[in-house]
Amino acid sequence: MILKMKKEDLSAFLETVKEWGELWGPTRKGERVAFERVEALSQMDLKAARTIIPPKKLLYPPRFTMFDFDDEGYVERTGDVPNRILFGIHPCDIHGIQIMDTMFLEEYKDPYYAERREKTLLLGHSCIPDEKCMCFATDTEFIAEGFDLFFTDLKMFYLVWVGSSRGHDLVRMKPELFSRDIGKDDILNYTEYRKWKTSQFSANADFTGMPDIFELGYDSSILDELAEKCLSCGQCTMVCPTCNCFNVVDEVELGSVEGTRDRFWDSCMFREYSLVAGGHNFRDKRVDRLKLWYTHKLQAYIGEFGEPACVGCGRCVATCPVDINVVTVANALREQEVGK
Amino acid sequence: MRKLCVVLEDREVQDNPYKPEMWRIVRRYPLTNDVNFFQARSVDVDQALRMNYLPGQFVMASVLGEGEAPFSISSTPSRPGLLEFCIQRVGTLTETLFSLKENQTVGLRGPYGNGFPIDKMEGKDILIVAGGLGAAPLRSLLLYVLDNRDRFGDIAYLHGARTPGEMLFREEFLQLKERDDLNCLLTVDKDDTGQWPERVGMVTDLFKELGGIDAKNTYAAVCGPPVMYKFVMQRLVKLDIPKHQILMTLERRMKCGVGKCGHCAIEYLYTCIDGPVFTYWDVLHMKELIGKGVSSDVIA
Repeated sequence: MILKMKKEDLSAFLETVKEWGELWGPTRKGERVAFERVEALSQMDLKAARTIIPPKKLLYPPRFTMFDFDDEGYVERTGDVPNRILFGIHPCDIHGIQIMDTMFLEEYKDPYYAERREKTLLLGHSCIPDEKCMCFATDTEFIAEGFDLFFTDLKMFYLVWVGSSRGHDLVRMKPELFSRDIGKDDILNYTEYRKWKTSQFSANADFTGMPDIFELGYDSSILDELAEKCLSCGQCTMVCPTCNCFNVVDEVELGSVEGTRDRFWDSCMFREYSLVAGGHNFRDKRVDRLKLWYTHKLQAYIGEFGEPACVGCGRCVATCPVDINVVTVANALREQEVGK
Repeated sequence: MRKLCVVLEDREVQDNPYKPEMWRIVRRYPLTNDVNFFQARSVDVDQALRMNYLPGQFVMASVLGEGEAPFSISSTPSRPGLLEFCIQRVGTLTETLFSLKENQTVGLRGPYGNGFPIDKMEGKDILIVAGGLGAAPLRSLLLYVLDNRDRFGDIAYLHGARTPGEMLFREEFLQLKERDDLNCLLTVDKDDTGQWPERVGMVTDLFKELGGIDAKNTYAAVCGPPVMYKFVMQRLVKLDIPKHQILMTLERRMKCGVGKCGHCAIEYLYTCIDGPVFTYWDVLHMKELIGKGVSSDVIA
């Protein structure tokens, strides 16, 4: 279902739906943009290409408590998650959430992710690509499902895709702002918009044939050269919308049998990631850890699900201090040469 | 304005897969210098009897305040009621486990992993090769096939340890030598007691004593230290056992056991869900599974 809304009505719409739950959106903090809780549309920056951290931080917080325990056993801590409306998510990030859904909601459903996912409504918004965006190469520049509502900005109007029954409930809270009256001009405007968006990309990204190229180049010196530069800082994994790895630790008060079992984001770039008790480390070298991440993003996931576990958001490009990212790695493997 | 009416779908009632259940340690005694044998029974009596698993599967064990780690099950599902483990003291979690007394509790959840493909192994000859701590998961398989002796062909059990004192379940395995429906071959690298009644040498030396085997009709199961795999694999391939009938069970760091935390990932597989039992073919085409030594040496 696709509806139409006047642009000036968006503010009133968000004001209305905010009564259902917290409103979150991209807000500017100096040079950077982050998803934060807001009170009104005016606090959001809808022109920014990307936030520092993807919206995964709301569905899967960087650190939270899974259980309280004492010597009687473990008690699940759930139920304290607020309703949230997340506005302004771009197609790449919605694709990212769909990959997270596959990870967390299928076999052995994760109750912590499921609860937050259930209580968060996703309101997507069209974006203005920058030079780091490469969703055109991962086939994630448009989105057909996975959101509750999606707003495409056509200058005077929004075209509003209603993607779920819950999204439709939001529309029904203020139906007078929406119209079904879509005419020839709207269709032409939308066609024009798609052409414009497709023409905006300038990143030198090409992931075609990557599974085979990775297999062929797995033992080549290219990855060793890149690993020489890698700082193992793990920022690439923190900002990646499809990185789901976590660590679990028990926290106890000194001299007490009560404590909490906490879960926090982990990174396969960290040296201890594959270390087992007794001291054997299955990925002692940085190159082994780089291979794991990049085979996962560009090779293995394609073999398993037919698409890369990269949604082209450009965060690793924007974040890595030494310029190792999906574009430089894919190009270096293809050209058999590490760029400048 | 209409009344607020966003309708959320009902959250499915379901178990939390990360939630440990309490199990009571009913017995604990040393098997070797740094390995203890544990028997545990669920505090919940129904669960104690209901717990079903396959040889080769593992559980996640929680020790209060120390965290959680994976342990292979050493008992056989053909003897229900108790779970058995042999655990080496290697870190703070196992250190605390070793300090627990009978009747104290630990948290367990599972069983996890694929386990050995028992259905396919039925009717076949079984060749089990254990090195050191590798006996921990393989004892489960060995006891299972012995408890269901009619459903399997010839059974051979090969076990190597560094010294007699370091051989897990030494007395139990020495007693198995009395049986005539099983070829049990035990060896140590070095006999520092002067009283070891069995072979001295590498576990690969035991292959000479196997006699002829019906390779196409044989399933081999291997577990041991990484260095052992290379040599044992070469022997098994030389015997012409089909690659998909050579099974091995692997160790990895795990924080969840249910395919979420990422630590045990190997390319597109998770050791916790797709493993820990893999075939030799898996090893050949997945570079990280065992390491360069095994996978790159054999092309033909």
